[in-house]
Amino acid sequence: MSDTLEDILAQGLQALAAAQDLNQLDQVRVHYLGKKGLFTEQMKALGSMEPEQRRSVGQVVNQAKNCFQEQLETRKNMLETAELSARLASEGIDVTLPGRGQSVAGLHPVTTTLRRINKIFASVGFKVVEGPEIEDDYHNFEALNIPAHHPARAMHDTFYFDAHTVLRTHTSPVQIRVMESEAPPLKVIAPGRVYRCDSDITHTPMFHQVEGFLVDIDVSFADLKGVVYEFLRAFFEKDIQVRFRPSYFPFTEPSAEVDIECVMCNGEGCRVCSQTGWLEVMGCGMIHPEVFKAVNIDSECHSGFAFGMGVERLAMLRYGINDLRLFFENDLKFLEQFN
Amino acid sequence: MQISEAWLREYVNPAINTEELTAQLTMAGLEVDSVQPAAAVFSGVVVGEVLAMGQHPDADRLRVCQVAVSAAEPLQIVCGASNVRVGLKIPVALCGAVLPGDFKIKKSKLRGVESFGMLCSEKELGLAADANGLMELAVDAPVGVDIREYLALNDTLIEIDLTPNRADCLSVEGIAREVAVLNQMAWTATSNEAVTITHQDILTVNVEATTACPRYLGRLIKDVNPNAETPLWMQERLRRSGLRSLGPLVDVTNYVLIELGQPLHAFDADKLNGAITVRYARTDEALTLLNGQTIKLDSEALIIADDKQALALAGIMGGSDSAVSGDTRNVFLECAFFAPQSIAGKARRFGLHTDSSHRFERGVDATLQHRAIERASQLIIDIAGGNAGAITEITTDSALPERTAILLRKERAAKILGVTLVDEEIVDIVQRLGMSVQTQSDGWLVTPPGFRFDIAIEADLIEEIARIYGYNKLPNNRLLMRSELSPATEAVMDIERVKDLLVDRGYQEAITYSFVDEHIQKIVAPVDEVISLKNPISSEMAVMRTTLWCGLLKVALHNTNRQQNRVRLFETGLRFVTKEGQIQQQKMLAGLALGSAYNEQWGEKIRKIDFFDVKADVEAMFGLTACNVQFMSANQTALHPGQTAEILSATGESIGWLGMLHPTLEKQLGFETQVFLFELDQNLLLNKSIPVFKPLSKYPLVRRDLALIVKEGVTAEQLTAHIKSCNEPSLQDIVIFDIYRGKGVDEGYKSIALGLVLQNNTQTLTDAEIDTVINSLLNTLIEKISAKLRD
Repeated sequence: MSDTLEDILAQGLQALAAAQDLNQLDQVRVHYLGKKGLFTEQMKALGSMEPEQRRSVGQVVNQAKNCFQEQLETRKNMLETAELSARLASEGIDVTLPGRGQSVAGLHPVTTTLRRINKIFASVGFKVVEGPEIEDDYHNFEALNIPAHHPARAMHDTFYFDAHTVLRTHTSPVQIRVMESEAPPLKVIAPGRVYRCDSDITHTPMFHQVEGFLVDIDVSFADLKGVVYEFLRAFFEKDIQVRFRPSYFPFTEPSAEVDIECVMCNGEGCRVCSQTGWLEVMGCGMIHPEVFKAVNIDSECHSGFAFGMGVERLAMLRYGINDLRLFFENDLKFLEQFN
Repeated sequence: MQISEAWLREYVNPAINTEELTAQLTMAGLEVDSVQPAAAVFSGVVVGEVLAMGQHPDADRLRVCQVAVSAAEPLQIVCGASNVRVGLKIPVALCGAVLPGDFKIKKSKLRGVESFGMLCSEKELGLAADANGLMELAVDAPVGVDIREYLALNDTLIEIDLTPNRADCLSVEGIAREVAVLNQMAWTATSNEAVTITHQDILTVNVEATTACPRYLGRLIKDVNPNAETPLWMQERLRRSGLRSLGPLVDVTNYVLIELGQPLHAFDADKLNGAITVRYARTDEALTLLNGQTIKLDSEALIIADDKQALALAGIMGGSDSAVSGDTRNVFLECAFFAPQSIAGKARRFGLHTDSSHRFERGVDATLQHRAIERASQLIIDIAGGNAGAITEITTDSALPERTAILLRKERAAKILGVTLVDEEIVDIVQRLGMSVQTQSDGWLVTPPGFRFDIAIEADLIEEIARIYGYNKLPNNRLLMRSELSPATEAVMDIERVKDLLVDRGYQEAITYSFVDEHIQKIVAPVDEVISLKNPISSEMAVMRTTLWCGLLKVALHNTNRQQNRVRLFETGLRFVTKEGQIQQQKMLAGLALGSAYNEQWGEKIRKIDFFDVKADVEAMFGLTACNVQFMSANQTALHPGQTAEILSATGESIGWLGMLHPTLEKQLGFETQVFLFELDQNLLLNKSIPVFKPLSKYPLVRRDLALIVKEGVTAEQLTAHIKSCNEPSLQDIVIFDIYRGKGVDEGYKSIALGLVLQNNTQTLTDAEIDTVINSLLNTLIEKISAKLRD
């Protein structure tokens, strides 16, 4: 025991300062505070002293040891901080690189549009019903008050399989099928594919329609107007102008075409609306007594309305799509725009 | 239907401009499709007369004309038209005139001769698409008058898209009636006094088909002038209605058709043999029509015949043998009412559609025939002279459409419209529409006029009231209706959930045509019986798909041909198959994937997609329903025989297929990479069992791993099925975590590494108990599939 306590402390503090990493620091700790450490030896030496001396020397040794320990903690904290910084610095990455894994795709814009339409009507209790696409003449025409040779048939450009079997030309046959099997009150929408033997820049031989109808004891044309009006505002999320024009469908009376203010030019007049400021978006009317007769619903106590709209048409207006044929080409460059 | 606004305004002339008038028509349900000027914009063109004409000194084809355009000195104008002649009245574009296309006329020199203007053809004035020479004006055309004024060219052509019920508006008079109603005005009909009868000859008329032809009127007009020409005003009105001038006799019938909506037909009386008969044809008859088409007749074809042959297809088109021509001196004029149901569909059968058939199949006013034949007779006599005989009329009253009174109830009108209109308003509207009204206690008895044959029931009257009152003046109700809470079905999953899953896994939704190319359909599903369209739009869309793969493969090709080397698609929709003679329309879900497993990305090697990538996507869908399904090795003509799985439900029903497109098809269809496909029956896919709670075990899970050597042919499905068949209650899960072939495993064998997870509900499993379970499972595998524990 040649060194004095002051020397031990001075050297110890020097050694702490010299330690460059936690490993070295721990070696210094063991050298001074370990079982055989220099301070430990000093403490052990106290045991052989007289009580009074022990107290006074003990105080001094403790002070020196505490001082060393404080410095040790400080140095340890410093080295830990430095080590963490070094690690963090070394682990830096380019966070702008893209993530890995499977990419997400999207739904067809027709599906997206159908879902929005369904959701709007479902929110007031309409239920979704589907029907067959290969349909019989009766449901597609006869029951809808379109007998054979009716001029309205010429407007339908029907695809035939045989004299009595067709590809449905509209979703209205679902109206008949539902009314045949269920009693009023009925609130139904029927989305789906429909087919017309027509193909040019503004027609594809297949497209989608949503038919909707409501039958109850006291349904009026004013109710129909309200529903159509609210729907169009909900669909376009805009306070648009809507007008009802008298028209003709064999299965409704009175019948109307519905125009909205052109969403492309806000009614100013443009190429899309043929300078009229209006766009035709759906047909509708009060269900014809002959239709009720075909499904055995008494039109004296029940009344109802029906409406039908083209889904591609609404999607085109909503998203600004300018060519109907793109919907069925399924070019990924087109489809991915709606993801 | 296209009409001239000026013509319309001769009947009824409300104080509103063209735009207001067309808006009014559209909002009344007569939708105006287009509004165009009757003539292109031009100015500075007047009526001129060729006074003298001489040969151009340096050009064989050119003439130097002296043309009067006013009282002043005639103008020298060089002209090359072949029909130029002295005395001809023609349109002259003066110096300073601007012709259609902004073509300015200036003083010029043609081969050294000065020319002060231009003589014009109809084409140069924008009145016709083509012209053979100068436009020839009537001899009495007043020299110097502006041609726009002379021809009344400051007019508008209104094209109206009429709905099939409004055949009463297929005439100028019909639209005038409607405009009068809308503007609360009176309208003036053309005079229709009977012509003076100046000879006693008649042609006998027999009507055999009285139901189809309730009224037939005929008249002989003799000694018409074959050289007469249609006056310019009539030619112009026909042109503005979209009709060409074809000589005075045909022009008059067309004019009355446009004016009144009544089709007429003119026969050359000298080409007729004996009496006229209206009857159904015999199967041995044929008829050559005016358009040159020869048709074979049958007992459904209503014809006009003489004693020798069929003359005309009634109400549709005349025959060429009896047609009027430039030599016709004696005319037999026909004006009939054919019942719509007898004409409907008949023209279409022969691929015809005429102005006449269009009107008869929609309906013609059954009270109009006398007026129309008198009007046509008068016009013929005015233009071509001739002597009218008496009208022969055969009318079967019982076959004429009945005009019965319809009860219109106040309460019903209010219920349907959602608003109560005052009585006076309703009565006023109905009366303005030409209907007679009789007041009843609860409403009115209303009788529509002859021309409103579309009005048959109360609902029709309510529509008319709403239409004239104004749809947009009717209230918009807030929807108030009886509602029921609808069940939230849990045992059937919504297909939309599955679609979202596929989208999230990188599949883009496609929508393809339900009819496909028969060729592709044959390649993909050669054994399926297809349902063919009778009238396909093209051979590429001729048969109904029996699998959604047809469309998806085509879309994939479309995209790979456009530099897309990674394609993942799905589609939902019906497939159309025949089972025991019945058409079945099954809801399917199909997918296609080709290219790399993942998009090209840093830090991962590009790897081609394989069977198991796609299988994971298919399994994920079944994961949504938590239904147990089996993937069985199987054969499907479109798929690679070694990479095909048929997917079976727990009860053994076939849900669908998964596999790699057969390499032969891959090549045949033009793919340059492997394609994976799946197709599932939606109904079976979406079956979901409602979960039933099982208590959780408090005791620890233990896992034992085994490496088993089995024959190459043993499938993972077989292995796990045998383990499951032991019904070991503590077995919770089986994991296959490695397949090994090579060193230490004999040729023809493979090593399967299995993890078996055990747990007991009532106690912690002891080592001894675990060994017992494992040994029992192992013994089963040794016994059933000769499995061996790998050392």
